Amino acid sequence: MKFTWNWLKDHLDTTASLDEILEVLPMIGLEVEEVDNPAERLAAFTVAEIVSAKPHPNADKLQVCSVNTGDKTLQIVCGAPNARAGLKTVLAVPGTYIPGLDITIKKGDIRGEESHGMLCSASELGISEDHDGIMELPSNTSIGIGAAEAAGLDDPMIEIAITPNRGDCLGVRGVARDLAAAGYGTVKPLDFTEEEGSFKSEISWVVDIDDATSCPLVTGRHFKGINNQPSPQWMQQRLTAIGQRPIDVLVDITNYIMFDIGRPLHAYDAQKIAGGQLTIRHAKSGESLTALNEKTYQLDDEMIVICDDNGPDDIAGVMGGDRTAVSETTTEMFLEIAIFDAVSVAVTGRKLNLHSDARYRFERGLDTEGPTAFAGYITRMIKSLTGASASHLVVAGKGVAPIAPIAFHTSAVKALTGVDVPAQKQEEILAILGFQIAKDNDENWQVTRPTWRPDVHGKADIIEEIIRIYGYEHLPMLSLPRDEMIAKPSVSKLQRRTNYLRRSLVARDYIEAVTFSFMKEEDAKLFGGGDESLQLANPISAELNMMRPSILPNLLQAVGRNLRRGSQDLCFFEVGPVFAGVPADQQYHVCGGVRQGRMRAADWRYENEAVSVFDAKADLIAALGAIGVSVDNLQITNEAPDYYHPGRSGALVQGRTVLGYFGEIHPAIAKHFDVKGACAGFELFFQSVPTPKDKGPAKPLLALNSLQSLSRDFAFVVDGAISADALMRAVKAGGKPFVTDVRIFDVYAGDKMEDGKKSVALNVTIQPQKATLVDAEIVEISDKIIAAVAKNCGGQIRG
Amino acid sequence: MQSLDELKTRLLTQIEATQTSQELEEIRLDALGKKGVLSAQLKSLGTMPAEERKSFGQLVNQIKQEVTDALGAKASVLAAAAMQAKLANEALDVTLPVPSQSQGRMHPLSRTIEEITAIFADMGFSVAEGPDVESDYYNFTALNIPPEHPARQEHDTFYLKADETGARPVLRTQTSPVQIRTMEANEPPIRIIAPGRTYRSDHDATHSPMFHQCEGLVIGTDIHMGHLKGCLIEFCKAFFGVDELPVRFRPSFFPFTEPSAEVDIGCSRKDGGLKIGAGDDWLEILGSGMVHPTVLANCGYDPEVVQGFAFGMGIERLAMLKYGIPDLRTFYDTDLRWMRHYGFMGHDVPALHTGIVG
Repeated sequence: MKFTWNWLKDHLDTTASLDEILEVLPMIGLEVEEVDNPAERLAAFTVAEIVSAKPHPNADKLQVCSVNTGDKTLQIVCGAPNARAGLKTVLAVPGTYIPGLDITIKKGDIRGEESHGMLCSASELGISEDHDGIMELPSNTSIGIGAAEAAGLDDPMIEIAITPNRGDCLGVRGVARDLAAAGYGTVKPLDFTEEEGSFKSEISWVVDIDDATSCPLVTGRHFKGINNQPSPQWMQQRLTAIGQRPIDVLVDITNYIMFDIGRPLHAYDAQKIAGGQLTIRHAKSGESLTALNEKTYQLDDEMIVICDDNGPDDIAGVMGGDRTAVSETTTEMFLEIAIFDAVSVAVTGRKLNLHSDARYRFERGLDTEGPTAFAGYITRMIKSLTGASASHLVVAGKGVAPIAPIAFHTSAVKALTGVDVPAQKQEEILAILGFQIAKDNDENWQVTRPTWRPDVHGKADIIEEIIRIYGYEHLPMLSLPRDEMIAKPSVSKLQRRTNYLRRSLVARDYIEAVTFSFMKEEDAKLFGGGDESLQLANPISAELNMMRPSILPNLLQAVGRNLRRGSQDLCFFEVGPVFAGVPADQQYHVCGGVRQGRMRAADWRYENEAVSVFDAKADLIAALGAIGVSVDNLQITNEAPDYYHPGRSGALVQGRTVLGYFGEIHPAIAKHFDVKGACAGFELFFQSVPTPKDKGPAKPLLALNSLQSLSRDFAFVVDGAISADALMRAVKAGGKPFVTDVRIFDVYAGDKMEDGKKSVALNVTIQPQKATLVDAEIVEISDKIIAAVAKNCGGQIRG
Repeated sequence: MQSLDELKTRLLTQIEATQTSQELEEIRLDALGKKGVLSAQLKSLGTMPAEERKSFGQLVNQIKQEVTDALGAKASVLAAAAMQAKLANEALDVTLPVPSQSQGRMHPLSRTIEEITAIFADMGFSVAEGPDVESDYYNFTALNIPPEHPARQEHDTFYLKADETGARPVLRTQTSPVQIRTMEANEPPIRIIAPGRTYRSDHDATHSPMFHQCEGLVIGTDIHMGHLKGCLIEFCKAFFGVDELPVRFRPSFFPFTEPSAEVDIGCSRKDGGLKIGAGDDWLEILGSGMVHPTVLANCGYDPEVVQGFAFGMGIERLAMLKYGIPDLRTFYDTDLRWMRHYGFMGHDVPALHTGIVG
């Protein structure tokens, strides 16, 4: 919402300075977005008179002007065809920044003639598009005064942000009312009396709508004898100052009234209306109209339109039609002032994707008395500026519903805000804002909102009005009562463990990533996603149109990106959501990680060590450990999704529940994401991890065995297909309960082995339980281990 | 007697001159061995007259002791020299590089969320969560934003495809739906914060289609705007680590709070830099207000009995201001160089007792 300082003072009688007003506006809820003071911006430009203009001796299109600045005479070379003796125009002396050209001018020598400045066009000053020669100021303009003052631009423009509830402040008068309530002056009275017309309108209204709310009130007035010239200078300057282009007096008046008192109007050329009657009704499917923006819109039966005998030519509250619009030749006008249902206007505007200043105001709620209350004021303005005569007012509609009073107790302000606003002050604020108070007694009031505040529904809204004007600076500053002297933990077990997990991965060199929850559909499909229900209806780009089924694609993409930037040996993880479906229980909390390149780069001590499935497995085990899952109780299968390497991947499962996948990334997938070098990753599914039972902080009693353990090595020859996991389980089972640890230290499947066989060497820790083991007992345990391996794995001890 | 003196001098001279432990051993055997010269002298005692035997014996034993001591001393010297030579031989170029320490980093967003959590935890808040894909009801309607409300247009909502009933799930545009879910599931009093991902269909230098917010909700019977003000001022001071931080509350509008307030903190801008603290300018950092009676009623509460406040803040914005991160979009780019620079070490756990200011 833009207005100028003088425009505000038309409505507000105040002694406050502009700075004081700018200071208070945000403190009553009207945030100042911009202040533009052309007088400051154009301070360097002054009015000067061309005393003489002679042809340049060395250039056809240039003139050498002698210019009177008020205190001296300068020679200036000028190329404008309208430079002539006697013209008063705008001067910039050397050293002045010219906004329209983005240069700072210097004293010059132009083809042998000195030039001590520049005569400027309006576009060079940055105040209009007009660059047809230098500015022509009226001949009675004083020489030496500021250009802004001379051009009527010495009126600062103020732009404020209006929250969606404050439709009433989309007019300057509403802003003035808020400032008056805050103690910054009084609202100047405006003559809102009705204006009797001098004839009967030839055009009448029909409201052909069953419900009472779509169009409860509409008025119209027929004007004749209009002289539709350009509007007066003051009106053009104000409209220009707020970024509106002056057109002609009729269009300018409708615009001016919209910004002045927040009331959108629609002007028809009365002579273009067919049939002498305007009908307000729902559009029929298949109807269309061409609006003022010259675009044609297809209408449907939810939209409200205004029609004459030739059909619709106004989309109610959104935009008028081209066919019956006023033009510079208009001599008769029919002026519509209507109330339409805010939601209906919003739906129509949204469906047509049609934005307008009128729609913006209709959606936010207008003064429901406006069609009758403002008619006289507007009529007098039109009569005085166009010389027209006006008809009697034509009124239609079932009427606006009366406003129900709100029960209010004066103690409510303190209860909700903690501020003790005296009842008298509460009453004063509400009264200036236009609320009506009927008192049951001193404390119990019935408060009726003004017709221009449809956003006020209940007690809390009234409290807000009082405290916002009284001032938030009065709010006390209280600490929340402490229910516990020592704060209880604020995070759940899962949240705490998620933090542990992050830190354990960071300690393993991982960099934490945060990537978008959506990705390209094509990529999502590679990772088991792409369900239609998870497709964005309005993505910002086709690259981000599907909710992600996995974090890995985003991490792989990040790896590819970093490789292209010249980084290498990358490792990224992310904790965040993935989506299997729309319901909340199908939005999973997941950790994903990807390593690329080398675990260890070759240096003077070590060989290169490329990342492998086992690094990803170690990461997954560490991550699970950080959230309290012991991998000893899990099974390892080789059933990972197909975006992993089919032979170099696996899953950690508990029963049938997959806790996580690990493995080398399938080479085709890696290639798809432009990832070169070795690449492995893992995924951990938090929802699969059972919530640990709360056992209290005490750990189980530690029972240390004082007997010395001993260590024995075994080497078994088994089928290549026998897993290490199976072999270790067999060793443990055979050596029960003495075997406490089994460690594989070599796997060999080279030419010294029979085809399809491998040799696995294990180191077994044997812990005596009750007494030291004698040799015979150790041999017995060894034999049992060998027997179990033979039975469960078909393995033979290697000779 | 003469010969004994000579013998002693010879032995000690030999020991003194020895350079290797092998030679030293030979001298020891030559002097003290069973067939050594001193042993031979002692054997000769038997052939001596009794009156000479005693003094001769004492003399030989004295020489024997001196030689033994000299051998021991020399052995130590030789051992030390041998060790020195061995170590000198083992010298390495210690300027050779070693593997660097952990290069892992936590994301500034995780860090900031942990800081926010630490502060609110001390004020008795717990952390609540909710889904990213939300229903229209939780994201809008329950929060007093009916269909076609102008406030909806400002949200730039992402929609998923409509389901068979025509309902269009949304990507939550704010963390406020967690307020509703929390109130539906719990009785007052309530004190929660809800950090999480939020989404809006906007992508430019200062907007990302995904960003993070942290919601806050306090419900009780006598919680009023003074508590809101105190709580948020205490948060701002603790978070930015500025004791004399000016904080300003301005009236604003959110459909789900009434009255509503924007919160600004003081700052100064000099030479293109921004400094948080007392200064000549204000920075908007969060929105807040008293929970709207309609919202309380939507959750089954009686607005005549319970009341409270809610707030919401942009986590990226807080992180950018605190840690001097200039560009929003870089948060989601996973650039190794950026993460090494702006990320945090894993051992650096923000907690009130150790301090949370970086």
